[in-house]
Amino acid sequence: MSEAVIASDKSSLAINPELRNLHTTCAYCGVGCGVDTQINDDTRSITVKGLATHPSNYGRLCSKGSALADTIGLGERLLQPQVHGKATSWDDALNTVAQGFVKVIKEHGPDAVAFYGSGQLLTEDYYVANKLMKGFIGSGNIDTNSRLCMSSSVVGHKRAFGTDTVPGCYEDFEQANLIILVGSNTAWCHPVLFQRIKKHKEENPHVKVVVIDPRKTNTCDIADLHLPLNLGTDVWLFNGLLNYLAKNKQLNLDYINDYTQGFEESLQAALLSAGDLKETANTLGISESKLTTFYKWFGENEKVVTLYSQGVNQSSSGTDKVNSITNCHLATGRIGKPGMGPFSMTGQPNAMGGREVGGLANTLASHMDFTDDNIDRLKRFWNTDNLTETQGLVAVDLFDAIDQGKIKAVWIMATNPVVSMPNADKVKKALQKCDLVVVSDCIEKTDTMDLAHVKLPATPWSEKDGTVTNSERRISRQRALLTPAGQAKHDWWIICQVAKRLGFKEGFNFETSADVFREHAALSGFENHTTRNGFGRRRDFDISGLQSISNKEYEDLQPIQWPVNTEHPNGSPRFFAKGEFYTSNQKGNFLALTPKLPQNSTNKEYPLALNSGRIRDQWHTMSRTALAPQLNQHISEPFVQMHPGDAVKNKFNDQQLIKISSKWGDMTGRLNITEDVKAGDIFAPMHWTNQLSKTGRINSVVNPVVDEFSKQPESKFTPVTVSSYPAKWHGFILSREEITWPDVDYVVSVKGKQQTRYDLAHNQDVTQPIEQLLNWLGIQNEAAAKAQQLEILSYQDASNHLYRLALVNKQGQLQGVAFMAPNTDLPERTWLAMQFEQAALTTRARHALLSGHAPSGEDIGAIVCACYSVGEKTIEHAIKVKGCLTTKQLGVELKAGTNCGSCIPEMKQLITRCSQ
Amino acid sequence: MKAKLVLIGNGMAGAKLLEELMSSSPNKYDITVFGNEPFGNYNRIMLSPLLAGEKTLEEIMVLDRPWYQQHGIELHVGEDKAITQIDRVHKTVTTHDGQQTSYDRLIIATGSKPFILPIKGTNLNGVMSFRDISDVEKMIKASNLHKKAVVIGAGLLGLEAAMGLCGRGMEVTVVHSNVVPLNRQLDIEAGTLLQEELSARGLNFKMNAQTQSIEGNEEGNVTKIHFKDGSFLETDIIIMAIGIRPNMQIAKDAGIHCEKGIVVNDTLQTYDPKIYALGECIQHRGGTFGLVAPLYDQARVLTNHLSEHGVAQYQTLPSATKLKVTGINLFSVGQIDENNSEGDECETIIYRDKQQGIYKKLVLKNNVLVGVVLYGETKEGAFYNELLDEKKDLTKMRPYLMFGRSLCDEMCDEMYNKNHEEISTNPKVLEGEEK
Repeated sequence: MSEAVIASDKSSLAINPELRNLHTTCAYCGVGCGVDTQINDDTRSITVKGLATHPSNYGRLCSKGSALADTIGLGERLLQPQVHGKATSWDDALNTVAQGFVKVIKEHGPDAVAFYGSGQLLTEDYYVANKLMKGFIGSGNIDTNSRLCMSSSVVGHKRAFGTDTVPGCYEDFEQANLIILVGSNTAWCHPVLFQRIKKHKEENPHVKVVVIDPRKTNTCDIADLHLPLNLGTDVWLFNGLLNYLAKNKQLNLDYINDYTQGFEESLQAALLSAGDLKETANTLGISESKLTTFYKWFGENEKVVTLYSQGVNQSSSGTDKVNSITNCHLATGRIGKPGMGPFSMTGQPNAMGGREVGGLANTLASHMDFTDDNIDRLKRFWNTDNLTETQGLVAVDLFDAIDQGKIKAVWIMATNPVVSMPNADKVKKALQKCDLVVVSDCIEKTDTMDLAHVKLPATPWSEKDGTVTNSERRISRQRALLTPAGQAKHDWWIICQVAKRLGFKEGFNFETSADVFREHAALSGFENHTTRNGFGRRRDFDISGLQSISNKEYEDLQPIQWPVNTEHPNGSPRFFAKGEFYTSNQKGNFLALTPKLPQNSTNKEYPLALNSGRIRDQWHTMSRTALAPQLNQHISEPFVQMHPGDAVKNKFNDQQLIKISSKWGDMTGRLNITEDVKAGDIFAPMHWTNQLSKTGRINSVVNPVVDEFSKQPESKFTPVTVSSYPAKWHGFILSREEITWPDVDYVVSVKGKQQTRYDLAHNQDVTQPIEQLLNWLGIQNEAAAKAQQLEILSYQDASNHLYRLALVNKQGQLQGVAFMAPNTDLPERTWLAMQFEQAALTTRARHALLSGHAPSGEDIGAIVCACYSVGEKTIEHAIKVKGCLTTKQLGVELKAGTNCGSCIPEMKQLITRCSQ
Repeated sequence: MKAKLVLIGNGMAGAKLLEELMSSSPNKYDITVFGNEPFGNYNRIMLSPLLAGEKTLEEIMVLDRPWYQQHGIELHVGEDKAITQIDRVHKTVTTHDGQQTSYDRLIIATGSKPFILPIKGTNLNGVMSFRDISDVEKMIKASNLHKKAVVIGAGLLGLEAAMGLCGRGMEVTVVHSNVVPLNRQLDIEAGTLLQEELSARGLNFKMNAQTQSIEGNEEGNVTKIHFKDGSFLETDIIIMAIGIRPNMQIAKDAGIHCEKGIVVNDTLQTYDPKIYALGECIQHRGGTFGLVAPLYDQARVLTNHLSEHGVAQYQTLPSATKLKVTGINLFSVGQIDENNSEGDECETIIYRDKQQGIYKKLVLKNNVLVGVVLYGETKEGAFYNELLDEKKDLTKMRPYLMFGRSLCDEMCDEMYNKNHEEISTNPKVLEGEEK
């Protein structure tokens, strides 16, 4: 075939490429939306839209999901194994990991090694990781970032239901008359579920929404009632509700009597702590009337769903908060029936899958706890003698043990604890001391990857293949859209390879992810037939109905809600309508709860309470979302929200930089003064990493306090103090090429279209600002710019310390701009950023560039009258529209030609031309 | 009977006065005009384009002879009609050819004459100045016959003359006593850009040069120009463009008080209350003039006075300058350096886009604009001129000032609206409200 033919083939492909369609599941939050993708294998590019048939989203996608196609580039990927900073072969890397682990285990025992996993691992990855650590290495030291996310819900569920079961489903929101959103900015964190709720409310105006959140978030847009509770006081609120229901005889006594136990003690505790409405309102920091309204609505509405998320979970009393909610639903029997129930909303795409396989240090496997019969059962199923019989170390303890040198080898999978853990600086130091840090991830540069001795390239969302489970127990396929790039491998494969090198040949002979899934499904059904009483199942999690599916059936697996077994071959939406709890006597448990304030309290030295959370367009530590320019536009810098009163007290101005300090660390962010937070509280986002910001890691500040039962950190309350960052100047750079970070105190980098933005500030003056800005843009001096055919534009108002610089390349495109000012009064970056997308700058844009503003006013054309700056277009307009047909008339109208008169001949020509 | 008004001089200032007077009070005076150039009124500023061949004589005429007839103005022009004497006692003027005319009001607008260096050889053939149409005709003729030209003086006129001759195929060297051309209007950076640009267009420069003498041959034609540093240049013609001096001889002869020029008060009256003067021949509050804008202002003030419309007073404002060389845009007004002669510390805002040949400098004192240098891009010249004349406080506008009028307007409007909003917004309720 001649070259010409190949070329024409390619061009025809470009017009009408052979595209494949695949359905998959979104990489982000716990809603678990179906994604319909179109794949171009030639260009390794995809387009995405919401999958219309997926029961999580019915075609909807949020801003993050919609941008998935922009996050699959290879630029930031880790594509080859590395050992001690050097690229190497898989064989070498795997041997290094195995030998490292073997050495530590031999010398210090299995509890000197640990795995730290993630809710972004697929169920299959998770299953083999858990199997290897607990079943074969023989330690319980496998915990995951789900600890930071919903472990309080896990324990809350177990305490109330005997097992970690989410009793309801998304459809319940669409059948409810009252929807209570507790500690959840659903609008931003679970946008598609929020859209479903919003639509339901719009179609059914009687439906009420209550938002319980210390902050006034965007979720409040649909709220009929917002209760801005004092931080951490939720248990008082729901204890008060239990009292109210009892007092007003709105209990479901049949349900309580038939299916539950411990109600009396629970009510007693509620009476003690929240018996008085006025006092309770006072503790909560809200008005009595609002509180009564909420209680009244709950009492009146049989169909009520209480959704809760991190605001409940991330607390030193997180588990109690969960149970204060389950208490109210059990007491009214509003559970497991259409339109009612407590609902834990998870943050990660596969937090639920992790819980199912037992990927937390305090569960064994497959919803089995560390009991003798479970241990015995699992030993037999896995055919192992090494199975650990004790729980391992949970996240905070695990990293403390690394810090103390008790754990000497750790393998971190698909997560970024240096950013996401509380007291994150300590985590960083611990990893720096650790003998062997293995990190498997798809991204080359993360704060955690930077500390790895062995870097293992894992496949990312677009290349992985397996299953995930969403918040409503629905298992969906995440399908490989593209073949693995470079040398990237699936996590389950990597783990199995290490397992074999550790000598565990038998348990890890999986050929495909379907093999792993079948074993996982089989374990869920293993000796899970009947209870002692002769009905029901021993364990809630049972997908034995899928244990024999073929590879083809696995490939085509449609979204299905567990349990999937002989009783429910097509899955089942709800649990517990008729009791049948997974406790020893099948009764649901009420918990007697004594409310507790957050463990550390504010004081004179640390007078403000730091609350942390998420923003709409970023997810976790931004390693994926920050790759999509459109997601960096909504909020692009780490910020701190503060009430106006506190800002006045501290003499702060909006948009200035402030430093937040706690006993544990510091963070610097841009101040956003807003009444959306309560006086005494401040809020900062949890996303920013050292890859994107020099000082924006909020988890450096967050206290390493955990819930007594769940060990989930209290990320929503840390006593802090604030101070003004003493900036001598503020600035920003936009550059077509990525630049080396300037050596200044404050740097935040933001990827945009065709450019990266760097927001800067420093506490010392710069001596030669224009030269410095040029250097920061990567150009040594004017001569170097000339050599690279870069043109320099500059602006300086030295007495006001204003300096601006722009570089234009030989194509006439904007190459970079840099602005510096003594205060935060810098122009908007939007228009400047847009100029990078132009094939070449227009003359008008070039002239306006260093103003930072779009060219203003009309284009008046070339100047004709220089004395009065009257342009050709203005004169033409005066001739054509205003009927000025002599130079004198033009002079009267525009002053043109009335001074030196040099332009009169040209004006005459224009008159002739225009009147023809 | 109407009062008799006599105007000596039919140049830029005189003609503007006539125009203004005709529109303001056309029937108040019997007007007689004497001019020693044999034309109606032309735009002297356009001599450079005329020399460059970009404009024709016809195109630069402002008031032709029929215009005078239409307005009933008696016009006498040509060398014979040059006024040689003013008789203040009898209130008459006399022309070279002996015509005597009486006046009730006399206006002197005799303009200026080029300054000629007091050195040897200035009377040689080929040494000329650049002042009127006859000079232009001489230069055009010389350019057809000769190859080499030297222009002494890199002021506006000198550069325009040099570029005109250059455009007519001559090999031209500009000789200047300063380090950069146009040093009264441009700072060193802008001056350097201008020199680079003109050099690129084929002009030669000899800067920092002091002329010693001019040498000629036996026929009395210029051949060389010698400098104080001992160097010399061969040349066929020399244009002197080193400034002008007020043309005040007849006033002086008539005993009217003169210093550097004919001294006038704020209503442009000389020491003789019947006699007024305007234009480049006058001295007002110690200053003399060489640019067109103040002349026009003077014409308007004097018209107001002659029309007995009130008490307009002439005030000297900084004047903007431009160079009339096609394709070169520059604009300068007021103080051009941070430190002025009074030792005031001023602040500057500077914009550079070297590759586009753009340099702009704004000089401010206490946030009032006191000087502007624009090179390469002069669109906003008029805007700055206004701000400078108004002595407007620019504290708020300063961040946008460099980028011109419409951005300043837009941003100041925005600030106004923003402040307005803040005042009218009620404080928000602190807790979320029940609906």
